[in-house]
Amino acid sequence: MVERRSFSDLLAHAILLLGVGILAFPVYLCFVGSTHPQDVISNGQMPLTPGPLLFDTYYRTLFVGSDRTTRDPVSGMLINSFIMASIIAVGKITISIVSAYAVVYFRFPFRMAAFWAIFMTLMLPVEVRIYPTYKIVADLGMLDTYVGLTVPLIASATATLFFRQFFMTIPDELIEASKLDGAGPVRFFIDTVVPLSRTNIAALFVILFIYGWNQYLWPLLITTRGDMQTVVIGIKKMIVTSDALTEWPIVMATAMLAMLPPVAVVILMQRWFVKGLVETEK
Amino acid sequence: MEKRAVFGGWVLPSVLLAPQLAVTIVFFYWPTSQALWSSFLLEDAFGLSSRFVGLENYRTLLTKSDYFRAAVTTAIFASLVTTLSLSMALLLAVQADKSIRGAGIYKTLLIWPYAVAPALAGVLWLFMFQPSLGVVTRGLVALGIDWNPLLRGEHAMTLVVLAAVWKQISYNFLFFLAGLQAIPKAVIEAAAIDGAGPTRRFWTIVLPLLSPTAFFLLVVNIVYVFFDTFGIIDAMTAGGPSKATETLVYKVFSDGRLGGDLGGSAAQSVILMVIVVALTAVQFRYIERKVAY
Repeated sequence: MVERRSFSDLLAHAILLLGVGILAFPVYLCFVGSTHPQDVISNGQMPLTPGPLLFDTYYRTLFVGSDRTTRDPVSGMLINSFIMASIIAVGKITISIVSAYAVVYFRFPFRMAAFWAIFMTLMLPVEVRIYPTYKIVADLGMLDTYVGLTVPLIASATATLFFRQFFMTIPDELIEASKLDGAGPVRFFIDTVVPLSRTNIAALFVILFIYGWNQYLWPLLITTRGDMQTVVIGIKKMIVTSDALTEWPIVMATAMLAMLPPVAVVILMQRWFVKGLVETEK
Repeated sequence: MEKRAVFGGWVLPSVLLAPQLAVTIVFFYWPTSQALWSSFLLEDAFGLSSRFVGLENYRTLLTKSDYFRAAVTTAIFASLVTTLSLSMALLLAVQADKSIRGAGIYKTLLIWPYAVAPALAGVLWLFMFQPSLGVVTRGLVALGIDWNPLLRGEHAMTLVVLAAVWKQISYNFLFFLAGLQAIPKAVIEAAAIDGAGPTRRFWTIVLPLLSPTAFFLLVVNIVYVFFDTFGIIDAMTAGGPSKATETLVYKVFSDGRLGGDLGGSAAQSVILMVIVVALTAVQFRYIERKVAY
């Protein structure tokens, strides 16, 4: 940084490579595990290089399912995960951007009360109200439905705060000009606010899609039917405590498939991902 | 900060707020109030009637040894995961902040585990450390270690800590790197001119200037360990063996699934709520102070 030191640079490369290696190693082994036959793995003889069954295992995983435990093919679970993650991301963004717009651009009674009511949900993660929330969803007849999977998670204090912060930085001149042109609040929102928010929406979408895809506790409670399972839940049900019954190649292939979409989103949309992560949390 | 120019009327803003508020009330406040209320009630053995008992549920809970044990487990788990993931992330971030070749590629290769679901992280590490077939287990056995996380509590704990740290390093790395890049280069160059070497500069300049980031991450990591590691624990150990990896959140889940003690389960939820409120309050106080500077 200040001095030019080849030793220090070398050390940096060594440490970073080691870090990259440690982070990648479990996924590499997972991939290797998904290419070997079941008996090789359960004998504890799995080599550290990929085996011959790549296409076979992934075909069985996607379209047939494991023989012994849950019989549902993983393609259905991936579709469920995709639907759930998309509804959660789009839903959170939609209801948060309109609530933030209402709070920032209008003056009405109870404005701050509404804002605080949304804000306080930060302090009520689903883990602390598991069973009462489950009971409400059950009473409303929403178990095993996409609505039950997604709507209770759709309120978002962080997304609302994020849009509120951003709207505060939009110059007042824009709304004044818009008003002079005779535009009402709906026009201003559609023609000015939404286009200006595009990068923020993209950043938030990346974060929320990952959040939705990786949900665990909530789908575990809400889904009972095999065809409603998400992939993160499905994989857990494939692992049986008596390890002889667990079909590890299928489990590992499922893990690879379940990791692929969110990891691809992070790598391909890194700029938005970093922006979304850093700006929503701070 | 307020807008100078705003729109009038109350109908449109009410319509705009309605969906968010409806979800908030139905799925957040209503269940929370239910949990609060039933934490003061005691049901009879058949669940037919209940009566108000004040703080009795809390007193029973806090005197139970298994609740105390879950609290200790959570504390050990939290301190191990935060210490390890913060220090390793800081080490990596300091290296990635140096102007070396390929810094951008390293960054990409270090942040992706953030996207892996906690439960999947658990499955990956379980596969490596499976007592009968894990690849790493083979190595441990060769070293003469009788590795068995299915039977030995401390091994199970090691395993969930490893998976939780693995998943959290990316997040901490990203924030540490952002914090390091925000430190003005002039300050570091001035110290170098005054004769301070890299090690001394790190301890006396970089680390103090990084302390707001570190503190923020500390709080976030504690919240992570409390709540987001549920998937890791459920996928790897389900709280076992003999409850050695049962955290407070996991206990709410497993006690509630068995049914029965509704008031006690509600009291557990309320205690967790108090913890979240406290952590959030600490976090926001810190942010306010940072803004004031």
